[in-house]
Amino acid sequence: MLCNAITSGYSFMDMKRDYYEDIELFSGLTVLFWSMTFLVLLFTLPLLVPDYYFYLFNIILVHVILAVGLNILVGYTGQISLGHAGFFAIGAYGTALLIMHANFPFFLALTAAGLIAAFFGLIIGLPALRLKGPYLAIATLGFGLAIMHVIGHWEVFGGRMGIQVPPLDIGLPRAGLSLVLDTDVKIYYLILPIAVILVIGARNLMKTKLGRAFIAIRDDDVAAEVMGVNLTVYKGLSFAVSAFYAGIAGGLFGCVLGFFDPFTFNFLLSISFLVMVVVGGLGSVLGAVLGATLITYLQYELLKNVAEMPFLGGLLVAFSRKFFTVAGLENLSSIALSLIMITIVIFEPLGMFGIWIRMKKYWKTWPF
Amino acid sequence: MLEQLIIEGIAIGACYGLFGVAVAIIYKTSEVVNFAQGEMGMIATFVAYHILVQYQLPFWLAFILTMAFAALLGCLIEFLFLRPAKDPTVLGLIIITLGAEMLLMGLASWKWGAEQKAFAFPLSVQRTMEPLPGFIINEWSLGVFTLTTLIMILLFLFFRYSRLGIAMRATQQNRNAARIMGIKVERVFSFTWALSSLIGTVAAMFFAARSVLDPNFMMEPFLRAFAAAVLGGLTSIPGVVLGGLMLGLIENFFGYAWPQWKPIVAFVIIIGILTIRPSGLFAKHYIKKV
Repeated sequence: MLCNAITSGYSFMDMKRDYYEDIELFSGLTVLFWSMTFLVLLFTLPLLVPDYYFYLFNIILVHVILAVGLNILVGYTGQISLGHAGFFAIGAYGTALLIMHANFPFFLALTAAGLIAAFFGLIIGLPALRLKGPYLAIATLGFGLAIMHVIGHWEVFGGRMGIQVPPLDIGLPRAGLSLVLDTDVKIYYLILPIAVILVIGARNLMKTKLGRAFIAIRDDDVAAEVMGVNLTVYKGLSFAVSAFYAGIAGGLFGCVLGFFDPFTFNFLLSISFLVMVVVGGLGSVLGAVLGATLITYLQYELLKNVAEMPFLGGLLVAFSRKFFTVAGLENLSSIALSLIMITIVIFEPLGMFGIWIRMKKYWKTWPF
Repeated sequence: MLEQLIIEGIAIGACYGLFGVAVAIIYKTSEVVNFAQGEMGMIATFVAYHILVQYQLPFWLAFILTMAFAALLGCLIEFLFLRPAKDPTVLGLIIITLGAEMLLMGLASWKWGAEQKAFAFPLSVQRTMEPLPGFIINEWSLGVFTLTTLIMILLFLFFRYSRLGIAMRATQQNRNAARIMGIKVERVFSFTWALSSLIGTVAAMFFAARSVLDPNFMMEPFLRAFAAAVLGGLTSIPGVVLGGLMLGLIENFFGYAWPQWKPIVAFVIIIGILTIRPSGLFAKHYIKKV
């Protein structure tokens, strides 16, 4: 069903005539030009935008990495995960603890944490072999809760009090090459290249044997197995790749926040990750990027202080005073998010990517 | 001490089972996993609280009004959120019910605030009785046992003998064939949601009597009950109750031995069991035909 919808969305736009057309990274000069423009814009953003926005930008980039990774699992392989906050937590705690206790340089710690998360993903991928739909949902959900609980109860992880991340130093502090990133803009220049590499990596991955195997599993796992796709290996790998992305994102997230505790990585976080992927559009890297950006912006910026919103704020406060409670007004953001996700699933199952495709189609064939 | 652990475990397990049945009824009929079930019960319990505190009505009247509200809420969610979705995927359905969950939780926190409230439930955990020597049971557990047994018997009779129950089973087996036979499938779904909401609300009131009433109070019990339902196999109603009882027992014994790991033991066991039996303990496992 999903696959039909996606292929029908694609079939009009992406008529592939040969193999090389299928594997190329940019499907034309226009796409190449706009991608490059966008990249240049991203790298020169600190010249254009005030510094205080960069905390938000960093979180958006982290969520973009995570959503792209989750999309590999959910959108391309067709598996459900309600426990991605667990992998995210492994990445955050892994990076911070490896730097603090094992004196790893930052990049080594980040990669190691990503690999640890990938290993856990592989382990969770094993039961996923036989589990479908709701059963897989509860298994991954249990995993996420278990991780949160283990972290909260083990003193090594700082327990319920959380941990304070040391100043972010991407050099080799022990060899005397210290390079401390102390402002949000500097951290932005650390996260941006990583995010760009990982997003392009995900896009490329889907054009390889591995990516095609994932898509085959999503469309029909029995048929995929008959065609020679080893389900054990590829489902496990899909979980591992997705968890690796989540781990890297988690490690960076920890650096952006500076301080975190186990409750940062709760069940609602897992849901909001899923929402990003679904709102953006399943089975599309661009969609994941769009979804992560929109949802993060709504959560962290627009709907954070509802009462202080222009025009609407005062009205809402008066309304809440009469019928609801003013203290509970902050819940409006979760109400808005939930309505967005329900509406998207009902009216636009392909998410923002689907809207984009339809717009493109409309202008290409205009005036017909 | 041992028998106390067993009684307590079975009581809380029966409550999980009852709530799990609410989840299972919807899953059985329409293959939707209702993640909003906990919050549906939560908001209905809040309505009961509101009626009790604001209008000072007696409990039985508040109970009846709440049940009417719960049934309406179930129908409404089905009508507004699930019926318009055309050809949704499993993931799409999960997202819709998760969205409904967030929506209800947000509305409840907006209306009643996040602070904890005491829910005046006539059966208390504190008052105990001793029907047999050495066999101490509290009112709450007795209430849960009675009600779970009653609801199970009623459900059995309903699914076995009533026209609507048979229509629900037919819809579950084959939606299109049921429609051809003249069953109004949409109406069956509405009714299923109402029924499930009713059962869920009863269980939620029992949970509220045990803990406190705040917008988050059904989160944990719901996850446990859902886990219990999966453990028993989502498609078998007696299996779900048995799964709930097992979960309650295991959890209580574990909580006694290692209190700090109590919250996750349920999930670890469930992941283990699902690895061996992918459709739960008591459900038939269907191999997909190509």
